[in-house]
Parts: sequence; C-alpha cells; structure tokens
Amino acid sequence: MKKIIALFMAAAVVLTPVMATASSGAHLYKAPIDINDKESLKRGAKAFADYCYSCHAASFMRFNRIAKDLDMSEQDVRDMMIHTRGKKGDPTKVGELMQVSMTSDYAKKAFGTAVPDLSLAARARGADWVYTYLRSFYVDPYRPTGFNNTVFPDVGMPNVLWSLQGLQEAKYTTVDHDGVEVEHLEGLELVQPGKLSHVEYDMFLGDLTNFMVYLAEPVQVERRHLGWKVLLFLVVLFGFAYALKKEYWKDVH
Amino acid sequence: MGKLIGWIDDRFPLTKMWNEHLAEYYAPKNFNFWYFFGSLALMVLVIQIISGIFLTMHYKPDAGMAFASVEYIMRDVPYGWLIRYIHSTGATAFFVVVYLHMLRGLMYGSYKQPRELIWLFGMFIYLALMAEAFMGYLLPWGQMSYWGAQVIISLFSAIPVIGDDLTLWIRGDFVIGDATLNRFFALHVIALPFVLVFLVIAHIIALHEVGSNNPDGVEIKKMKDAKGIPLDGIPFHPYYSVKDIVGVVVFLFFFSVILFYFPDGGGYMLEHANFIASDPLKTPEHIAPVWYFTPFYAILRAVPDKLLGVGAMGAAIVLLFFMPWLDRCKVKSVRYRSGIYKANLTVFCISFVVLGWLAMQPVTETITFMSRLFSFFYFAFFAVLYITSKNESTKPVPDRVTS
Repeated sequence: MKKIIALFMAAAVVLTPVMATASSGAHLYKAPIDINDKESLKRGAKAFADYCYSCHAASFMRFNRIAKDLDMSEQDVRDMMIHTRGKKGDPTKVGELMQVSMTSDYAKKAFGTAVPDLSLAARARGADWVYTYLRSFYVDPYRPTGFNNTVFPDVGMPNVLWSLQGLQEAKYTTVDHDGVEVEHLEGLELVQPGKLSHVEYDMFLGDLTNFMVYLAEPVQVERRHLGWKVLLFLVVLFGFAYALKKEYWKDVH
Repeated sequence: MGKLIGWIDDRFPLTKMWNEHLAEYYAPKNFNFWYFFGSLALMVLVIQIISGIFLTMHYKPDAGMAFASVEYIMRDVPYGWLIRYIHSTGATAFFVVVYLHMLRGLMYGSYKQPRELIWLFGMFIYLALMAEAFMGYLLPWGQMSYWGAQVIISLFSAIPVIGDDLTLWIRGDFVIGDATLNRFFALHVIALPFVLVFLVIAHIIALHEVGSNNPDGVEIKKMKDAKGIPLDGIPFHPYYSVKDIVGVVVFLFFFSVILFYFPDGGGYMLEHANFIASDPLKTPEHIAPVWYFTPFYAILRAVPDKLLGVGAMGAAIVLLFFMPWLDRCKVKSVRYRSGIYKANLTVFCISFVVLGWLAMQPVTETITFMSRLFSFFYFAFFAVLYITSKNESTKPVPDRVTS
C-alpha cells in the first residue's frame, strides 16, 4: 500500500511541470499587480472609468461596491464613474450595476463586434494576458481602426490609450519558410512618444490590470482573510478531536 | 429522557436502529487511513445538498439569466461566494474521496463475496454522481458549461438508428438551450439527489448486513467470544465515530485550503472559459471536461471510430461493475495476494491517472499514441485479473486481524 501511495506521488511530481507549461500560447508579460494595494486599485478604478467604461460595461458590478471595498465615499465614486442618466432623466444611482448605454447593434456597426463585458475579463483571460494585450497595440493601416494587436490579432478595438502610450509600429523580418519568404513579426517599436514614459505607462497598466483583477472577483481579499481564520480554527479543533480519539482508543489493543 | 425514548421505541425502532447501525455495529479494529473515505463521502454529500439548497434560492435556471445569477450570488448575496465555492469545491472533493474509496475496495477486495451488492450499489452511486456532476456543470451557463455539454450529449448520436432522435429528446431542442438548462436543473436538484440518497442508504444497509471488510480481508464474524461479539470487532460508536471526526477535521483543512486559496483549482475545477457567458456561435479553442471525467474522455478520444469510442468509454465504467466476478481469487486483501495482482493494480491506477492527464492535452500524434497505450493498460487490468486470479499463488491469510 505504501508503494502505491509512493507511485501516485511520483506520478504527480512528474506530471505537474508538464501541466504547467502545456497551456502557454504567446509570450505574456508578468502583470505587476498587488490586490491588497488599495491606492493602486483606486488609480486603476480611475483609469477604468476614464478609458474603458464608456464602451465596456462591467454589468455584474455595482458602483457602491467599489466605494465599500476601496475605502472611498459614494460621492467619490459617483464623481469618478457616473456620468449617465436613467430613462427618466434622473442620474444613475450609485447602487446600480455598471452598465453602458452603447447597444450591441451600434457596437457591431462601429467595431464589427459586440463590446465584451469586462466584469470577468481578468478571470477568463488572466491578469498577464490583460496586461500584455494592453501593451501590444501597433499601427496597422490595413485595419479599419488603424490599430492591430500582437496578442489578439485583428482585434476590433482601437488603442484607446495611444495618447498615453504613444504609437508603436511592428518590425518585421523576412524569413525563409520552406522556400517561401514569409514576413515574421519581430517586435514593436515606439515611433511617436505619448504623454507617459515607458515606465510610467507600465505602471499605469499595472494599476488598471490590478483593478480588473479586483473587478473579476471583488471578494478575493475577504476570502483570503476568512480563510486563515477557518484554517486556524480547524487546527485547534484537530487538537481536541485527536485527544478525544486517543482517550477512547487507549483500551483497544 | 428515558421515558421519552421508551415512548418512541414503542412506536418507532429508534434504539434498535441506533444499536444496529452504531452502538452495536461491530467494525474490525484494524481500519487504516483508507477507511476514512466512506464516511467522508457521506459528509460531502450532505455538504453538497445543504450548499445546493442555498444556491437554488438565488440561482435562475433561465438561459437569459443563469450566468448573471451566478455572478449575483458571487457578488451581491451575503456570503453567496462562500456557498458557491463550497459547492464547486465540494464537487471535486466528492470525486477525490469516491475515487480513493473505490481504490480501497480494489486493494482489500471489498467487492468480494459476500459484499457483491455493496459494490454494485456503490457503482450505481458512482454512475449517479457522474450524471449529477455533468448536469450541475451546465448550470453556470458559461462557455465550457455549454460546449462541454454539447460534446457529451452529441456522444449519444453515435448510437445507430435512434441516436439523432435520442439527442434531440435529451436536449429538448435542436441545440442546447433554455429547455436543456431547465431539465438539467430539475434533474440536478431533485431527481438525481433523490437517487443518490436512496442508493447511499442501500449501500450502508447492505454493508451493515454483512459487516465491514478490513485491510487484512479477514472475516471477523468467524471468531466470536461467548457473547457472540467478534473478537476483532469494536463498536462503531464511539470508536469509529470519534476516529472519523479526526478524519473529517483533516479533510476540512485541505478542503478549506482549496476553497479559500485556490477556488478555481488552477482552471481545472472552474475552467477559465467558463467565466465567459455561453455563446452558441463561438466554440472555445480547446474543450476539455472537468478533471474527474478526463480518464474516460481520454479513452473516448483514443478510439478513431465515434461509436466504438463511446462503446469503449462505456465499457471502461461497466467493467468495474463486474469486479466481483472478474476477480476469481478467494483471498481478499492485496496484502496476501500475488505479485502479479499487485503489479496489475498498480499499472491500472497509473493508467487511470495518466489517462486523466492525457485528456487535458490538445490532440497530437504522441498524445493519441499514449492514450491508446494507456487505454490498453486500463482494459488489460480486467483481462489479466480474470486470467490470473483463478489459480493465483497467494500467501496464507491469518485467522485474526493484524494491527
């Protein structure tokens, strides 16, 4: 029996690294995020409100949840994020879901596709994907919006952050592929600087990605906090349970 | 108190049942680590039923609202996230403890005469559990829910003549849609839990009728004292009730580590694509079932023909039902069986794990070759067992249990 357990463990050790590398696609940069950094999350919320939220909804999230979780007042969140009115003309309430007024029909005309909801984007794609994707836009005159993306080729979205990042162009090298000359994308090069330096822009994206990770699972900080309390309780309970078992079993031989 | 119990006992066999199943149910005293998983499976069933009841209070089985209602539970329902993660982690935990429980049965020959029916009830529990898990996985209505169900239901179309009508009947529509979601919800929360609870009761009644096996595979009822109590038996309560509490606490520790720190299970329990609402027009790049179905999925993929593949996958499960008759060796426990059996069982376990891993990989020539090789090993287990167990060279089995 011990041999069987040992074999299982050996199999697990051998298989784990293979599983970790099996699903890697394009190279992704590590997103510099810290979900416990509330200042970073606040900056990220501002960036999200300014650059994402006019087209993308986060329709599973409520405005006032952000206020509660990020130690902001509801008025702060209102000023930062809410610029819309309801059907009767009254301002959107802070307890409402973060919806947008752009219809999917309009989006299909403008971008060729419906604009995805961003509530869960960071959970569906991963933080590193979001971070790398937002860095990887380049000028492409053959696209309707004038932009393309190395992580998401032929994406419908233009680089809405170009004024901050500047404009990047793709560098190609010609490679011989079985006798046919193929253009291979070598990398991206900044051809026109934006308002932010390279380092500042990466920090900006770090904050934005951080906020999107929070947005995908707002409860995650609370979840980890509750977790160690439960584990501590179970450790103490184990002491009592084990002592009880020992006491009962001392007369079994 | 005594008077009240007496009043009840005159009308309902309360004390009789308590004694028969707990206080005077004599279990072998040499249960080891592997004997925790039966009671743990029972506890996980209770956890799933209770967390499931709370989920149904907020979930909406409607194709237009299902996905959003799960996120509503995760964000707006007080502690809804906890209930949801308990239920999703519980599904994985259920299969972990059930697989270990089944392996215990294989190691110590717990399916053998006179415990064939316990094994059969157990296999039906496993079957019902797979159906329960499959239908539950559709309910979040994400991309993997939708396309996973699409793949599994389309397997039935491989059946000749009636296949297409059968899939139509299962879905209730030409594609997976609101009708499918509604019926899966009904089956997941009412029909299958009923079946599971009934089968679990039958499993336990059958067990308590013949008595528990043990790591030595010795029948403790053969050696009794003057009072008719097995010499190697101890009352389940309090001895094993207090011991199982220790097992429960240790289990809950590992359960909580997953629940609070890795609720996605690295994408193997809550798949990344399932955080995108279902879209009948967009097929995900890579459809893989949740981890607990993967060994059978690998066998399906290993066979080039769809009908034969479905047949092989079915056979992989059906053959387990016949274990009591495929294994003709009189000795129960692996401790006293031949090296051939030990090697055979080890290869079987490794094949099961490797097949599970293979099914999660994108199809390549190497992966297909390995899937075929390990599918062969999986089935070879049963053939080798049937052939070698008739005249197996075994070690002498002691009269009493060893400690």
